[in-house]
Amino acid sequence: MRVELTVNGRAVALDGHPMERLLDVLRERLSLPGTKEGCGEGECGACAVLLDGEPVLSCLVPLLQCGGRRIDTVEAIAHGPARGFVEDFVAAGGVQCGACTPGIVVTAWALLQRNPSPTREQVAEALAGNLCRCTGYEGIFRALARKDEDSHAPSRPGETS
Amino acid sequence: MSPSLPPAFSPRSLAEACGYLAAEPGLVRVAGCTDLMVAGQDRRPPAAGLLDLTGIAEIRGIQEAAGGLTVGAATTFSELRRSPAVRARFPALADAAAQIGGWQIQNRATLGGNLANASPAGDSLPVLLALEATVVAAGPRGQREIPYGEFHLGYRRTALAPDEILAWIRLPAPPAGAVQAFRKVGPRAAQAISKVMVAMVGTVADGRIAELRLAAGSVAPIPVRLPGAEAAARGLPPDRQAAERAGRAAAAAVTPIDDVRSTAAYRAWVLERVVRRLVLGLGSPP
Amino acid sequence: MTPQTSAIGTSPPRPDGFAKAAGEARYADDLAVPGLWYGSTVRSPHPHARLAELSWQPLKAGGEAVCVTARDLPGPNGVQLIDDSWPVLAAGVVHHVGEPVALVAAPSRHAARAAREGVAALYEPLPPVLTLEEAESLPLLASVAMETGAVEAALARAERVIEGTYRTGYQEHVYIECQGMTAWFEPDGGLAAVGSMQCPYYVHKALVHAFGLPAEAVRVRASAVGGGFGGKEDFPSLLAIHAALLARAAGRPVRLAYDRGEDIIGTTKRHPAVVRHRTGVSADGRLLAMDIEIVLDGGAYRTLSPVVLSRALLHAFGPYRCDNVRIRGRVLQTHTPPNGAFRGFGAPQVEFAAERQMDRIARALGLDPFEVRERNVVGPGDRLPTGQVLDATASARLCLEEAAARTRFRARWRECEAARPGRRDGEPLAGIGLSLYFHGAGFTGNGERAMRSPVIARLADGGRIEVLTAMTDMGQGCAAVFPQIAAAAGGLAGEDLIFAEPDTRDVPDSGPTVASRTTMIVGGAIAQAVAEVAGQVVAWWSKARAGGAALRLQGGELYAAPASEGLATFRAAASAYLAEVGPLAVTVRHQPPAEHSFDEARYQGDAYPTYAWGADVVEVEVDPDTLAVRPVAVTAVCEVGRAIHPVLCAGQIEGGTLQALGFALMEEVKVNAGRYLNDRLATYIIPTAQDSPRIAVHLLERPWEGGPFGAKGVGELPMDGGAPAAAAAIENATGIAVAEIPATPERLYEWQRAGEASAARREAAYGQDPGEGAVAETERPRAGQAAEPGASQPGQPEAAR
Repeated sequence: MRVELTVNGRAVALDGHPMERLLDVLRERLSLPGTKEGCGEGECGACAVLLDGEPVLSCLVPLLQCGGRRIDTVEAIAHGPARGFVEDFVAAGGVQCGACTPGIVVTAWALLQRNPSPTREQVAEALAGNLCRCTGYEGIFRALARKDEDSHAPSRPGETS
Repeated sequence: MSPSLPPAFSPRSLAEACGYLAAEPGLVRVAGCTDLMVAGQDRRPPAAGLLDLTGIAEIRGIQEAAGGLTVGAATTFSELRRSPAVRARFPALADAAAQIGGWQIQNRATLGGNLANASPAGDSLPVLLALEATVVAAGPRGQREIPYGEFHLGYRRTALAPDEILAWIRLPAPPAGAVQAFRKVGPRAAQAISKVMVAMVGTVADGRIAELRLAAGSVAPIPVRLPGAEAAARGLPPDRQAAERAGRAAAAAVTPIDDVRSTAAYRAWVLERVVRRLVLGLGSPP
Repeated sequence: MTPQTSAIGTSPPRPDGFAKAAGEARYADDLAVPGLWYGSTVRSPHPHARLAELSWQPLKAGGEAVCVTARDLPGPNGVQLIDDSWPVLAAGVVHHVGEPVALVAAPSRHAARAAREGVAALYEPLPPVLTLEEAESLPLLASVAMETGAVEAALARAERVIEGTYRTGYQEHVYIECQGMTAWFEPDGGLAAVGSMQCPYYVHKALVHAFGLPAEAVRVRASAVGGGFGGKEDFPSLLAIHAALLARAAGRPVRLAYDRGEDIIGTTKRHPAVVRHRTGVSADGRLLAMDIEIVLDGGAYRTLSPVVLSRALLHAFGPYRCDNVRIRGRVLQTHTPPNGAFRGFGAPQVEFAAERQMDRIARALGLDPFEVRERNVVGPGDRLPTGQVLDATASARLCLEEAAARTRFRARWRECEAARPGRRDGEPLAGIGLSLYFHGAGFTGNGERAMRSPVIARLADGGRIEVLTAMTDMGQGCAAVFPQIAAAAGGLAGEDLIFAEPDTRDVPDSGPTVASRTTMIVGGAIAQAVAEVAGQVVAWWSKARAGGAALRLQGGELYAAPASEGLATFRAAASAYLAEVGPLAVTVRHQPPAEHSFDEARYQGDAYPTYAWGADVVEVEVDPDTLAVRPVAVTAVCEVGRAIHPVLCAGQIEGGTLQALGFALMEEVKVNAGRYLNDRLATYIIPTAQDSPRIAVHLLERPWEGGPFGAKGVGELPMDGGAPAAAAAIENATGIAVAEIPATPERLYEWQRAGEASAARREAAYGQDPGEGAVAETERPRAGQAAEPGASQPGQPEAAR
């Protein structure tokens, strides 16, 4: 089937199997490998993209349902309005191996659009579908959660905690 | 790409959708695709083709109806959990919607999909049982309304005919003053497949339990009402004795299984404990 | 990029961070390779079977495809690690479910999966050995023993002898990026492999061995690595051979990129363990003798099991003083998938046991968990049971006291103990637990001395110093920490430095990225090499341009005296050096202190260059209706020598702590007839953001003179402490003795039920005769038996042994 959609602001027309995964369309046909596959079954969140502004898992979105839709991937989001946020995210220790990070950046950015000052609990709920195996999520909370809450900055001797 | 692509249709109305189904029986009816797409391309549906229901405006969204609500089958869990009407009048359903997968799943998965998929672990299903919801199916013979308790027939099997579309879920007004509760027990705090679920709708009048509906999921091939447990506590004050009677009756009524997520013994014990806790909650609603 | 401060002890944004966060970093399966084919693996469905027939029927493969079996190997059928006993492809007999028996490749992923249909395999099942009891009949994969003092005499003399048996389960790494490797042959016959790996030279060695090629004909490069945790230490060597075999057969580049299911089924796990303790103590709680037995389930092949066992042995006694210690360790062979490297490398299993045993001793003697540790904790100048005299940075006591003070541990532990009998119905059960732990940084024993791993620093174009190592950044952050060390050691600015990609064509074999050795061992060599290159440039400049004046280099500028203006930039001076003198390269090999020695036969001596130390306090709430455990807060106090980059250092501890809590509470590989049942992330559960407690990390620093700027290795340390502290907190909350992990609600329920049935005996076990503890222990029903009939479990009751 032929599907016309908008990816990162660019109009794209594709022929493909109606059940082709949006993830594969992005990675293999549109050369956008920033969107990662971590599980292929909607459990890890590494493949999150925005579909008409809402975070979804691209491994579970068939091409069939992409017609006329607007897709934004991490490449465009991080180099667009989210750049400053992404820099803060790196500085706070939100990134280690980076394999979960694109999905977390996409989802976190969607959260911040709706709630610029989320609590730790709100961050945890929004990111519950994004597994991270490196950070213990603590660096991610530091980057995202309201600063008046005690998301723990590591303490060292001579610092008050 | 495979040379023979299956046909795929994206109808805009129920009538159009029914037309496709009549012309091509065996089309796979899809909505949020969060279950269908698992395992990706190796489990592509048969070449019979696909019928995408998400573009049908009339089966999407939440409407007032006769004191209750009518929920379009293609309504997502995000829409459900955010709906002020659902939150105010069917808080157990809002709770269940908020515990299905993560945010990204809730943005895609639909209430109708949860029903049609008919997994024993479908999170919304015990709530629909306890709320005594009905299901409206649309097909070539017109529309028919099926009590949810008669809709889910067996493991991943429903009363929906191959040429029918699950269109709406009707939530009747709960009894006045009813307490609703939903408890999901999963292997972790979020993004979890249930080990045991319990939903309750109950009322207390003159210090005694009047109406009591209890339903459980993941303890049988389909979600089940627990009439024995309901009867065991009805008419009693909502105290520890009533709660323990209901809990014991609930555990006695099911024969859960050992599987990769939990054990039969644990499931039975937790069912007893959770039913007990919810019934106790009738006496001291939060 | 704007220049970042690179001072030691600051936390500049990691240089690879933005590219990763923006999706620009290229991981194994992201690399565009022209003409690429994809591979797929045909695996045994049997735990033990004769491979009676194996044939390739191209017509059934559904199109253009190639196939490789053991018959097609150009060299030995073994993955060179410690030895080459791990087969590349099964030949004759399969020894575990999921064992690769054939490889296929085709032009697309889909076609490759379909092409497996072209492989016809006929198996004749053989009786499998699936449990540790049965495994006694197979040859051991490894065994070690050590003894110091007179253990039996001390046990006989001890006022109390406390026994305990502790079990830990499998753990799957769940790096978010699955294994992936691409290989091809160059027109000149050279072999290239690029992919996700921790150890380019391990892969290199394995390819050289398998293909019989000269070392210089094989080139291995690490892509961006999406997490390793040890899982990309051993396994990529096998995967690279597979990809190269297919590339050879197909005459083009071939990629093997596992999906999650195959990654779980096909790759190594943490060794399940059974650890038995018999401890003689004085009435006031001093450790007089330890008799410890360690049994690891190695699975079907040896992989790295002998060294995992070594590290297990060398951490089994915990951070405590004891003069009479005997430890025996064995790795048993079973017809299950081979187990291998996982962060902690044997230590998390034995430290779980040691810490739970300390809690058991405390209960038996009426002490609190802090007291029993405080009475036995090692300190500077103390001897470990190996005879190693601890250096001045031995900080276990500091960690213990700091963690207890920050959390009011003793008071709160007592409050929870006292609250247990009288809780209101429905009230969450609160508990708090403590662990004290240590981790030897760097290779075990004489490993570093044997390797003397080199790094190179050399002047490159533009007067920069290029640093060449084989280390990969799998997330831990050497991409940030190495530049900090190099800049500080050389008096340079960040822009004066370049770090070569880990590509064996270019970089020396500075050893594997494992064993918490990267910052401490390789970072130390980098500091020396860069300082040496910079020093030579400065010395030359002084003589050639500054009349022999004493010069100093700071932030990449040359100064004559403290207050003067800069004379030149380092890069200008280095460019002049290159033009006038010529190339300059310095190789520095890590040199362990001369006085360190280790006797590998007796397990005596300096087992590790130094140790990092930690104490965890874990607070939990247990739901009384479900026995679901919610970790609420963790306080981790870790002594790390020096935190070069505190945010990344704490990041290791935060992440390792949550990984340890997953190990303790929810991560469980369920096995039936040798087959992993939960091969999906829907069923192998790891913690989400909503499962994560607040993790407060407190870094203590006692700079160690052997590490760069005092740094010790930290990567594995946090894996050792979380599980025993969580188990202790559950026990404090519920009264259920937790001697086995994961402590899932199902198991807690079984143990609670068994405990209620034999409450009196359990009391006796804690309070009365020596030996009864072990009796009570073995009488508790084995969790998991009810869950999975016939399942292979990591251990069985002692009575059956």
